[in-house]
Amino acid sequence: MDMVYLTFILILSVFLGFELIQKVPATLHTPLMSGANAISGITLVGALVGAGGEGSPLTIFLGTAAVTFATINVVGGYLVTDRMLAMFKKKGTKK
Amino acid sequence: MPTVILINLSYTVAAVLFILGLKFLGNPDTARRGNALSSLGMLLAVVVTLLDHAIIDYRWILLGIVAGTLIGAFAARLIAMTAMPEMVALFNGFGGIASLLVGCIALSQSQLDRFVLLTIFMSIMIGGVTFSGSLLAWGKLSEKITGRPLVFNGQRFVNGGLFLANIACGVMFVQHPEQTLWLVLTVLLSTSLGVMTLLPIGGADMPVIISLLNSYSGLAACAAGFAISNNILIVAGSLVGASGIILTNIMCKAMNRSLANVLFSGFGAASGASNKIEGDVKAISTEDAFYILEAAQSVVVIPGYGMAVAQAQHAVKELQGLLEKNGCEVLYAIHPVAGRMPGHMNVLLAEADVPYDLLLEMDDINPRMETFDVAIVIGANDVVNTAAREIESSPIYGMPIINADYARTVFVLKRSMASGFAGLDNPLFYKDNTRMIFGDAKETVNKLIRELSS
Repeated sequence: MDMVYLTFILILSVFLGFELIQKVPATLHTPLMSGANAISGITLVGALVGAGGEGSPLTIFLGTAAVTFATINVVGGYLVTDRMLAMFKKKGTKK
Repeated sequence: MPTVILINLSYTVAAVLFILGLKFLGNPDTARRGNALSSLGMLLAVVVTLLDHAIIDYRWILLGIVAGTLIGAFAARLIAMTAMPEMVALFNGFGGIASLLVGCIALSQSQLDRFVLLTIFMSIMIGGVTFSGSLLAWGKLSEKITGRPLVFNGQRFVNGGLFLANIACGVMFVQHPEQTLWLVLTVLLSTSLGVMTLLPIGGADMPVIISLLNSYSGLAACAAGFAISNNILIVAGSLVGASGIILTNIMCKAMNRSLANVLFSGFGAASGASNKIEGDVKAISTEDAFYILEAAQSVVVIPGYGMAVAQAQHAVKELQGLLEKNGCEVLYAIHPVAGRMPGHMNVLLAEADVPYDLLLEMDDINPRMETFDVAIVIGANDVVNTAAREIESSPIYGMPIINADYARTVFVLKRSMASGFAGLDNPLFYKDNTRMIFGDAKETVNKLIRELSS
């Protein structure tokens, strides 16, 4: 049942993703990509249980590495996207 | 309230924040808010996960988060805007390796049925390909290794074989999860596959590949979500996967090539000088260019990767200001695959304070190209290569281009007569209305600025 339910979520989210992104203007392609990239760092959530769980030292080590990499992805991704978006200005609006 | 319910309710809220965030990212006015919402969703998801009863020790988590935050924040603050493509590639690779590691960790769970094992395999394989592929892309983009495509005989068969071996390894892994051999082999084969896939990819194909790797990193997170039965990973991962696929598709269309063609052809590596174009190239000095520009009523600037290399975006913006003061209308025409990642030129020009509503997409600018007095091509080649319209035997024949040659006069700012990335001769350079201005793009623009302001 778990599998069916998770697959159900997957299919719906994929369709939602297609609908959401379809109309993004070309100007925002880079921020969209790096913003989406930051979201893919969600693996961090999965890594937390590995790093903090009662697993073997190896599991904890791998978990900590995963937490570190995913955090770089998340923090770096969001900050860099924000930095880019802050630069986008319309005509007539001054800094 | 039981913790499990609290966690899952919060995940629902986080999912909504991601969705709204992506929606707002689609409009320049709300994009920044969208990114903030999405980061809020991430924060929420991480914080509630820490309440999970399975977590008993916070020391290692803290270590990982502090280290990751410091590295990520410093990298994001210090990186130059021109180095953005490789930064995105690198972050992407980190996401990939995280998914690979989570897949490995998931192996220590108590109940492992076939389906869970299959998803563990997929998160390791996709994560591995994303990781090594992104690292190689980073190396190529930052020119730590050569950006030229590397092609050899039978490359397709080697890559195809590698892929099949990877799948076979997956089958064995699902059958015998207790044998570490298959796990190790899966990691090795998938990371080699990422490297091998990237070898034949050259600079101009990077926009496609970066989008594709972006999509993979989402799919890897998604597979990891299945492996540990976590729905927020599945939702977020598939949203990213879908957005990456859409971008990949847009980029492929803009090059009139299929994804398979981009992945396997090693475009630009071997194409000899098959189409020699007869005619003379007319070079002019910046002084003469200045006279034409001074009289121009409307100018369209067509930037390409060369503008990024020369870091000429600020100079271009200054030129725009002077021309506007002179009563001239200045617009920019941006090809979807100009540069090394989707939207590369837009980011650079935004950095130089060019308002984004002056940046027109190819389909909007082409119908009115005839009305422009001058088209200035800065560091672009393939995206204005008229061979795409005129020479049927050309490898890029059929690719949609910006019709710079329809403007009354075309200035091409170019370092030398060396051909563009694709190694193709460009008939545009030989047209009657084309004038070449040789030299470093930034220097040429600066010379024009000096002429205009004196």
